Order: sequence, then structure tokens, then C-alpha cells
Amino acid sequence: MIWFFLGSGLFLGWSLGANDAANVFGTAVGTRMVRFRVAAAVASLCVLAGAVASGAGTTETLGALGSVSAMGGAFTVALMAGVSVTFMNRTGIPVSTSQAVVGAIIGWNLFAGAPTDPGVLVKIVTAWAASPVIAAIVAIGLYGLVRLWLRHTRVHLLGRDALTRAGLILVGAFGAYSLGANNIGNVMGVFVPVVPFETLHLAGLNVTGAQQLFALGGLAIALGIWTDSYRVMTTVGEQLYKLTPILAFIVVLAHSITLFLFASTGLQGVLRSVGLPPLPLVPVSSSQAIIGAILGVALVKGAGAGVRLGVLGRIAAGWLATPVLAGVLCFVALFVMQNVFQVEVVAR
Amino acid sequence: MTLLFRQSRELEAQIDEYLDLIIQGGLLFRQGVKCFLEHRLDEFEVRLTELRAIEQRADHLRRTIESTLYIHTLIPDARGDVLGLLESADEVLNMITVTLKRFSVENPELLDDLNPLFQDLAASAIATVESMVAGTRAYFRDLAAVRDHVSRAQGYREETNRLAETYTREVFRRNLRLSHKNQLRYFVSHTEQVAEDAEDVCDRLAIAAIKRDA
Repeated sequence: MIWFFLGSGLFLGWSLGANDAANVFGTAVGTRMVRFRVAAAVASLCVLAGAVASGAGTTETLGALGSVSAMGGAFTVALMAGVSVTFMNRTGIPVSTSQAVVGAIIGWNLFAGAPTDPGVLVKIVTAWAASPVIAAIVAIGLYGLVRLWLRHTRVHLLGRDALTRAGLILVGAFGAYSLGANNIGNVMGVFVPVVPFETLHLAGLNVTGAQQLFALGGLAIALGIWTDSYRVMTTVGEQLYKLTPILAFIVVLAHSITLFLFASTGLQGVLRSVGLPPLPLVPVSSSQAIIGAILGVALVKGAGAGVRLGVLGRIAAGWLATPVLAGVLCFVALFVMQNVFQVEVVAR
Repeated sequence: MTLLFRQSRELEAQIDEYLDLIIQGGLLFRQGVKCFLEHRLDEFEVRLTELRAIEQRADHLRRTIESTLYIHTLIPDARGDVLGLLESADEVLNMITVTLKRFSVENPELLDDLNPLFQDLAASAIATVESMVAGTRAYFRDLAAVRDHVSRAQGYREETNRLAETYTREVFRRNLRLSHKNQLRYFVSHTEQVAEDAEDVCDRLAIAAIKRDA
């Protein structure tokens, strides 16, 4: 039964792999700078590493928002988040899994009568609004640095091409690691308090129950990358963004840094040690970070006038609509699960 | 990854060699014309043979570069422009070779007192080609310098047009057979065409540079 309930989280992971891996390797694969097999192999390994090694931070934040106390509840929360993402995707708005999961958790809180910590909620919403802005600022800085470097080094066009290919693979690896670290909380976070996995002792290493869950989620993301991300990657690379390979490098690096900033417990410690305020560990949207980075590059290249404000408005509307829809759907589904299917969704 | 960088260095060397061949072709053309005008026909034929060999080598190199670019999907964002530049630069070398070959085939009766003018014409046409090659090299390494080289090429092309017009007017002012006049005009316009073709490459170059800078 555990595996059936986990299925909704694994489905969410598969969907994340199929869609969000395109943010990391889409342009590289679409422009044929990097082969799909190389991209998929690097992304799968790094997403798994990020999920297992650094997934705890964002999961803790989601846990502080609402700790789902029964397996049936966790199943419903993950399933309704997935349904909301699928529905919103059809509207053409770049929707965030993070926002759907948070909405669904709040739906569970309302259903279970558990309090929602407004401080944590404000922290999460602030991170959502800040992540595209941070990505844009980082992209602008990187664009300036890359331009300066190109002017001073006068690398041959072909040498530049080789460096860009290597760079795209490296930032893709970093991006996949950050995606795993930041977004595994969305995929498996709600199951952490309720799945009774014992700590495993493997070759002198202790693998906690949460890490086992993150590994499973990471594998689901990897499966999504291998089975369904090629189509999305070529769409991103050829139709949507039309970035040159160097701009793709800048945009993916800015996106990866942003996700990493909101996921790394180590970085949080470093910021604290130098007296700077740490960034909250919150699962943010990979797609919105990418959009922020592209906007940043567009602005600095003087193409800001071409930015369609209507599209930005739709994205902002998505920030509101996705969690509300997920929350409402989750509330209704929990009611149905409890009263129709007699499944325990809140621990007594 | 090492393979990728080695491949890129090899291709850089091939492109540099290709552009070197165009420069050498231009020098041989200038020397060949000088030999012809000074009636040193054996030396002229040696230059022509060398030029033909260079043209063949350049053709072979161009095909190798083009297929490597395609097979390994290198520089996807600039490949079309680079291939176009290399092909149109090849047409310039072809024009240089064909023009010198026609001297050998037709053995035109050039006018001795106008020989300095014809030499200036050939030198100016080849200076256009040299600026075109410098511009093409800059496209690969130093985009900001492309504009300077393109401007210089345009200047040399204008000078070539002026010299060609002066020569042709002088020829048609004289009491020569019409067939002779036409033959001389033919050689002048062929030499002038070398500069025109080089300028066409520069036009492509200017657009390609703007595209890469954007």
C-alpha cells in the first residue's frame, strides 16, 4: 500500500523530470550543442545527487508549513498538486510545482484544522517573488562578465564554441544538482513525516529514511528526463527562447545559482558566518527562474521593450491561481478520500 | 572533451591556412601580372602554375572545413554565415585564378605606356582582397575590428573602380582596333571584378558581424 501512495509523489517527480530538465539542458540540446544522451545522463546523475545530498533544507521548510500526518493525506496532497500542474499547463502559463505543492499543503492544513504558520508562508511567497528577480540580476552580472572576458581574450569563434559546449554541460550539471536539491521537497517532502523507512547502513554510510525517499524521488525525476524530456528540450531550444549558445550558458547558470541559493544549507551557514542574512530554504520555480534570467539578459541587451507585459501578467496570475487551485482541489479530494474511500488522511 | 578542443584547434588551423592561401593567391596574381607586363613569360607561367595549385588546395580545404562544421554540428548559431563567407571567399580566389589564366590563354596586347596604371589596378584589386581576408580573420577573433577592415576594403574597391575607368577611357581614346579595345576592356573589367567580389564578401562579413554582436 505504501508504494501505491508513494506513486503520486513519484508521478510528480516524473513530471518534474520531463518538464524542468528542459530548463537546464533545453537550449543546449535544441541547438545540438550537447547530445540528448549526454544531457540526460548528466542531468539524471546530478539531480539524484542534489536530491539526496541537499534536499533536506527545502523539505524542512515545507514541513514547517504543514506536516501531513497520514499516508493517505500525503498521497492526496501530491496527487492534487500534480493535477493542478497538469491543468495549469494547459492554460499555457509557466506553472510551478512548488506553488502547487504549497497550495495543496495549505488545503490539507485547512481540512485537518492544523494551523498554517503565516511567518513560513510569507517566507515562501517572498522567495517565489524574489527568485526571478535574483535570477535576472545574476544573469545581468554574468552577461557583463562574459562580454568583458570575450573582448579581452579574443578567443577564436571555434574555441569559444568548444568552451561553450563544455560550459553548457558543466552548468547543466550544476543546474540539475540545484534542481534536485531545491525541488525534491516538492516531490517527496510531504511523505517524509509519514513513511516508515528505517535508516540503512551501506558501506559505512547511514542513509536515513528521508534520504531513501529523496533517492526514490530523484530516480523518478531521472525517469522523467529519459522518457519524456527530449520533446520539451527541443521545443525550448528551437521555438520558445531562441537563445544563442552563450546566452543559454548565462541563463542556465543564473537559474542554477538562484535555485542553489534557495536550497543550500552550506551556503546558508557561510552567509550567517559572514554576518549576512541567510536566504530561506524554499522550493522555488525552475521555470520562473529561467524566465527571470532571460528577462535580465533581454533588458541588458536593450530588448526590454520587446518584453510582452501581458505574458508577465499571466505569470504573476499563475503565482496566485496555482496555489489557490491546488488548495481547493486538495481540500475537496481529502474530503472524498476520507468520506467516500474511507482512507485515513489525517492521523487521529 | 579533449577531443572537442583538439578538433576545434585543428579546424582553426585549417581556416587560417585557407585564408593564408587566398593571400598567397593574391600575391601570385600581382607578381604574375607584373611578369606578364614586363614580358617575362616563363616566370609568369611559373606563377600561374603555383596559383592553380593553391586554388586546388584551397578548394579541398574549404570542403574539409565545411564537412567538419556540418558533421560535428559546430558553431550552430554562426555556421551558415561562416560557410557563406568561406564559399564567397573561394569565388574571389577562383576569379583571381581565372583572370591570370586568361592572360596565359589569350596573351593580350597590353599597351606598354599604360602598364604602370594596369599594375596599380592589379595591386589595388589585391589590396581589397587582403583587407577582405583581414576582416574575415577578425570575424573569428576580434569582432570589433571587422568594421575597420571592411571600410578599408571598400576604399580599395573604389580606388580599383577609378583606376579601371581611367585605363578604359584611355584605351577607347586611342586609335586602336575595336577588337583590341574590347579585349583590353575585358581584362580590365576582369581584374576589377576581383575587387568587386572581395567587396561582396565584405558586405556579407559586415552583416555576419552585426548578427554575432547582437
